[in-house]
Amino acid sequence: MNGSAPLLEISGLHVEAVLPNGGIATILEDISLTLGWGEVMGLIGESGAGKSTLGLTALGAVRGGAYVRSGEVKLDGVDLLKGGPALLRDIRGRRVAYVAQSAASAFNPAFRLIDQVIETSVQRRLMSRSEARRRAIELFARLELPSPETFGEKFPHQASGGQLQRAMTAMAMCARPDLIVFDEPTTALDVTTQIEVILAVRQAIREEGMAGLYISHDLALVAQMADAILVLRHGKMVESGPTAQVIEAPAADYTRRLIAARSLRHAPQPERPPLLELKGIAAGYGNVSIIENLDLVVPEGRTLAVVGESGSGKSTLGKVICGLLPHRAGRLAFAGRTLEPDMHRRPLDDLRAIQMVHQNPDLALNPRQRVDEIIGAPLTRFQGLRGAARDAAVASLLEQVELKPELAERRPGALSGGQKQRVCIARALAARPRLIVCDEVTSALDPLVADGVLKLLARLQAEEGVSYLFITHDFGAVEALADHVAVMRHGALVAAGPARQVLSPPYHPYTEALIRAVPELRLGWLDGVIAARATQTPDRRPT
Amino acid sequence: MASILAKRLAMGIVLVLLASALLFFAGELLPGDFATKLLGSSATPEAVEALRRARGVDAPALTRYLDWLAGLMRGDLGTSLTNGREIGPLIATRLKNTLVLAGAAALIAVPLAVGLGTLAAIFRDRLFDRVILVLSMVTVATPEFFFAYMAIAVFAVNLHWVPSISIVTAGMSFERLWPLLVLPVMTLVITSCAHMIRMTRASIVSVMDSDYVGTALLKGLPEWQVVVRHVLPNVMSPIAAVVVLNLADLVVGLIIVETIFAYPGMGQLMVDSVSKQDITVVQACGLIFAATYILLNMIADLLAIALNPRLRYAR
Repeated sequence: MNGSAPLLEISGLHVEAVLPNGGIATILEDISLTLGWGEVMGLIGESGAGKSTLGLTALGAVRGGAYVRSGEVKLDGVDLLKGGPALLRDIRGRRVAYVAQSAASAFNPAFRLIDQVIETSVQRRLMSRSEARRRAIELFARLELPSPETFGEKFPHQASGGQLQRAMTAMAMCARPDLIVFDEPTTALDVTTQIEVILAVRQAIREEGMAGLYISHDLALVAQMADAILVLRHGKMVESGPTAQVIEAPAADYTRRLIAARSLRHAPQPERPPLLELKGIAAGYGNVSIIENLDLVVPEGRTLAVVGESGSGKSTLGKVICGLLPHRAGRLAFAGRTLEPDMHRRPLDDLRAIQMVHQNPDLALNPRQRVDEIIGAPLTRFQGLRGAARDAAVASLLEQVELKPELAERRPGALSGGQKQRVCIARALAARPRLIVCDEVTSALDPLVADGVLKLLARLQAEEGVSYLFITHDFGAVEALADHVAVMRHGALVAAGPARQVLSPPYHPYTEALIRAVPELRLGWLDGVIAARATQTPDRRPT
Repeated sequence: MASILAKRLAMGIVLVLLASALLFFAGELLPGDFATKLLGSSATPEAVEALRRARGVDAPALTRYLDWLAGLMRGDLGTSLTNGREIGPLIATRLKNTLVLAGAAALIAVPLAVGLGTLAAIFRDRLFDRVILVLSMVTVATPEFFFAYMAIAVFAVNLHWVPSISIVTAGMSFERLWPLLVLPVMTLVITSCAHMIRMTRASIVSVMDSDYVGTALLKGLPEWQVVVRHVLPNVMSPIAAVVVLNLADLVVGLIIVETIFAYPGMGQLMVDSVSKQDITVVQACGLIFAATYILLNMIADLLAIALNPRLRYAR
């Protein structure tokens, strides 16, 4: 099957889309790449860079509203863009397969997993049903899915997110394609789940000798998966080359900034007295207990980072502190006084002193309100400011979060993701709080944008002396900001203490598993993990 | 699953009981009196009183309601106030006629509506889809009686293709029966299709836009296979729900259509009985309609559960 032509050759690709207002937007501009048989290429870029669009063109597909204006996408010498629907049906699934970001919604909820995994092979008569089933079970085993013989009998809702992502990889591999397009396959997963998936995926594509286009915004992750890297920005190629060259000797300034993005380090600060103390806190929903017997301290003007996997109870902790979810047992002490569990019973001054910034600024901002209304509301409520005084305060808050005062006139829809998160921070600051609960404030943002927000938070703390309870699963963010760290698992503390102590050896085994799971921007990091695992017993792995 | 079934069944029984109470006491509130109506304005008060006593309407309302309920438990629908006959046999032949009419309408309307809705979804935003959407909007907005009289004017009066009234009798042969059914069935089909078409289209469109249909297309499956294998199984549940609910709505349309075409079914019986102030017959008919409506709604709920693998198989 190896022809003389390269597996995938894209040249001069130009993709445009018709906007709802009738205008035309350029999505990809003059993209060229060559991918050899059995090679993996990483596509890197922030959201809106066009990397998913580029990935889909390898299957001859464009999203609704978009079209190819010029260029060629040659698979094994055949131009997919000129082939027509019959050719596309023929190559899709059989020669090029696709793994989507959210496997949970990419599987049909009405069918058992195995029937979907073998569908391409059986419907296209590439294998008999029993052959395809054997192949699927073999792939389940190779991707380290639990009880591979029976795993396929599950419906999608019966499997976890990490399992579904692996099952989707098995589905892509089943018909033995030459190329698999992975579109951010682990972005929606916890770091500990992510590493299991990437380990299994990398081993499987190597053993099967398949080529891959690996799309991600995480440079460290791609560096472990890919032989070559293509950096995209605003639909244009910024840089491309072998992985080692791009990581170790980046030519473009944008690539250098991407590499530097994760290098923010927080200098140790002198100790301060506690501002918020949690003693024996327990909370939950209905009959389900989420947090049990939790003791924590947030010092004045310092940051306590709370880390853990999804389901560890860290977001619930944030809600308890804000009084959104009244705790069932224990005591919250704030500046020496006891806080009411229920926010509705807290005095105005307590409400003012504790503010919250949410993970997703799109959901936290009312799309019908203008920025000055959003930031102005707490100014009116807590400080009684109105009219020109309020406008002036809004302008100075916008400046404080490094936004132009002109943005006050806009609605959230006209702001970028990073700008929206800054508006959320300005809204929290408007109350002049003593504590801000930051719930995964950087996880929905691109790395460079997240970096900017972290720098902003650090500066605001130095200037205003505000404390942060920083909830995150991102160790980069922890290192950039935290004075103290609390590691949570299943609603209880695993480790807590000064950041230097928790995040350096000797680690608690669970903390170590979390830290080890974070991809490092260093060639051969994943190989090191594999080597370390070979000498380890499998039950040490997080589940 | 068994507990859901039991819960729904219990709820259904409670609803039927509530409907019976509502029907009974609403009947009590109606002004006028069957005896005065039956005997005419020249009747002596003594005669009216005697007739009322003979039919047992002089007892307190609550006693009569409980008696009625007890009768219903035994399958006894009570006696007609006007002629003193058993309501059960009276309704039986009418119910059969109504079932023939409603059944014929449903047999045509459901496949037609689901088919047109599917086609509209496949040809989304093209001319066919637009035409279907506009037509269904028009039929939703126009009442049954308007269609019925338009159909009579065109097909019976001008073209003489079919009779304008549809008086069927017991033991009528099929050849003589079907021309009588054409106009009432047509009216019911047209007025009940629209909602089903629109809901079918909406369900299919939302599934066609889902990620897993995108996945199926990127697996290289031909479009018809994607529709048959991936779309249809996931739209069964919402479509079944909408179809069953519309069958329930058909019951309401029946009353109007039967009256217009003088079709001897339950609906016409009910309307006749209202004008005679034969409250017991109205209550019996009303209860049957209500029970049908509740039963069909229950079936819709159960279908939605049965067709959803998330509810059939726990995590």
